[in-house]
Amino acid sequence: MSSGLSTAPPRRTTSPAKPGRDGSRKRVRKALSSRALPYLLLGPALLFELLVHVIPMLTGVGISFLKLNQFFLRRWLQAPFAGLDNYRLAVDFSSEIGLSLLRSLAVTLAFSAVVVSCCWLLGILGATLLQRSVRGRGPLRTLFLIPYALPVFTSAIIWKFMLSRDAGVVNHSLRELHLGSGETYWLLGDNAFISIVLVQVWRLWPFALLTLMAGMQSIPTDLYEAAEVDGANRWQQFRKLTLPMLAPVNQVLVLVLFLWTFNDFNVPYALFASSPPPSADLVSIHVYQNSFITWNFGLGSAMSVLLLLFLLVVTVGYLAVTSRRRHDA
Amino acid sequence: MHESRSFRAIRAVGLTGLLIFTLLPLYVMVSTSIKPLGDVQNQFRWLPSVATIRPFIDIWSTVPLARYFANSVIVSSCASVLSVTLAILAAYAISRYVFRGREVFRLTVLSTQMFPGILFLLPLYLIYVNIGQLTGVRLNGNLSGLIITHLTFSLPFSIWMLVGYFATIPRELDEAALVDGASPIRVLFSIVVPAAKPGIVAVLVYSFITSWSEALFASVLTDAKSKTLAVGLAEYSTENAVYWNQIMAASLVVSIPVVAGFLLMQRYLVQGLTAGAVK
Repeated sequence: MSSGLSTAPPRRTTSPAKPGRDGSRKRVRKALSSRALPYLLLGPALLFELLVHVIPMLTGVGISFLKLNQFFLRRWLQAPFAGLDNYRLAVDFSSEIGLSLLRSLAVTLAFSAVVVSCCWLLGILGATLLQRSVRGRGPLRTLFLIPYALPVFTSAIIWKFMLSRDAGVVNHSLRELHLGSGETYWLLGDNAFISIVLVQVWRLWPFALLTLMAGMQSIPTDLYEAAEVDGANRWQQFRKLTLPMLAPVNQVLVLVLFLWTFNDFNVPYALFASSPPPSADLVSIHVYQNSFITWNFGLGSAMSVLLLLFLLVVTVGYLAVTSRRRHDA
Repeated sequence: MHESRSFRAIRAVGLTGLLIFTLLPLYVMVSTSIKPLGDVQNQFRWLPSVATIRPFIDIWSTVPLARYFANSVIVSSCASVLSVTLAILAAYAISRYVFRGREVFRLTVLSTQMFPGILFLLPLYLIYVNIGQLTGVRLNGNLSGLIITHLTFSLPFSIWMLVGYFATIPRELDEAALVDGASPIRVLFSIVVPAAKPGIVAVLVYSFITSWSEALFASVLTDAKSKTLAVGLAEYSTENAVYWNQIMAASLVVSIPVVAGFLLMQRYLVQGLTAGAVK
């Protein structure tokens, strides 16, 4: 995935020269320490990984098999074993709980699909327009980057104000442009979906821009010169040269954007606190609500585990399909 | 390269559109922050009726913003310094040595990008409650617990980015020092770290920013005293009126430090953020 990681350096050999000065015992000790060294360096990070990732994850899987509600919260180790009950409840689509989880998952997938597409389209548009030495390229890129640098909650708060019915700039502008009544509730009902997409695209498209600009920079310019000699116009160059050359960049970019969007909690939380309207009921806030509002941690954990499995399948499937297509091309 | 007139026109229109989309919310934030309350309670107006700095004074008393600010500074600094320190050691091992388990560790770090934060939140919350009962050390409802949980996202990302930076430092540099008899640890701290300094600062900034923005863990693991900005800012709108002018002033105040940091380190951040995708 990463350039630095893929170019594996050869094993480091310690002090190849000076055999006369180093005694054999010293050399052995040195070789030993060098073999242990990477593990020593990794140790602290590994310990914390264990502490914040591995143990909580195993615990999470564990409590998904427990009947863990508010009665057992303080002494959750004594909570009764529930087997697969939590999982059964989460995927029982004839009950309200299962059905609302399914609905939330569908909303989240639609949300991710729209956001990733919009971000990519805006990103490729911006990157293409800035591809050659345009005047003001640097300052423009800096301006475009600001939304990405802004704390997530401030972005969401600004948009919440802009989208508010009476005092918001969106309704005000629509009214001035005679494009609507100017009395739309953007944060309620189905409109909430549009709002949450807007906020997320606004803050994430600069990442697509950055990545695509960097990707385009690594395409050799003589390829374009050759294409021009062959009489290819700008659109043909884009279709036949830029896009194929960007395939590996796109593969990672789309995946990262998808995972960030799918797992996002901060934007819906800042816009709607913990009770979003159904059209913006993203899955992470849905699980959050099921766990902390009703204090049913067993169910919440089962849902999180299902979510992780889902993402695992999607990611592996995506990588397999896109890698194969790249090799075929 | 030849540029047709139509392409130039498209470029002007496209860039202007993107610029308006980007700048409109920023303009709304800045202009609203200097409006009197009356201006934000009725219809939106593009310009303030009178410009005032009152909102910037009032924000500190409407909610305990200074405390939330301090909490955020503490949590974000500790979490980012801790994760970058751990990441420097780990990234050095990964980028310079081949060892058993290297690939497993690398993949584990990468795959944490995929995990929903909520998966860690529930168990961590329960573990904290347990630790509190067993040892009397309270980890939920204060900053130390929050700092540890922020490592769940900042540590893997720091390792990932730093491996990329270390890979750009010519290996001849530290190999020469090793041949001269310097210990690997010395090589790391007197050669690799100084050479990768901009990259390290960039990772520090990035991890500070993500920590500054984080609301999921903060909403559960903090109490009234230990709230961070990501959670505390909501309090401006739970009062009798919604003080939009103060909210925007507060948003501006809490954004400026991180945006400034980001833009200052822009060059190196871009390099690190895109390293994973490009090539």
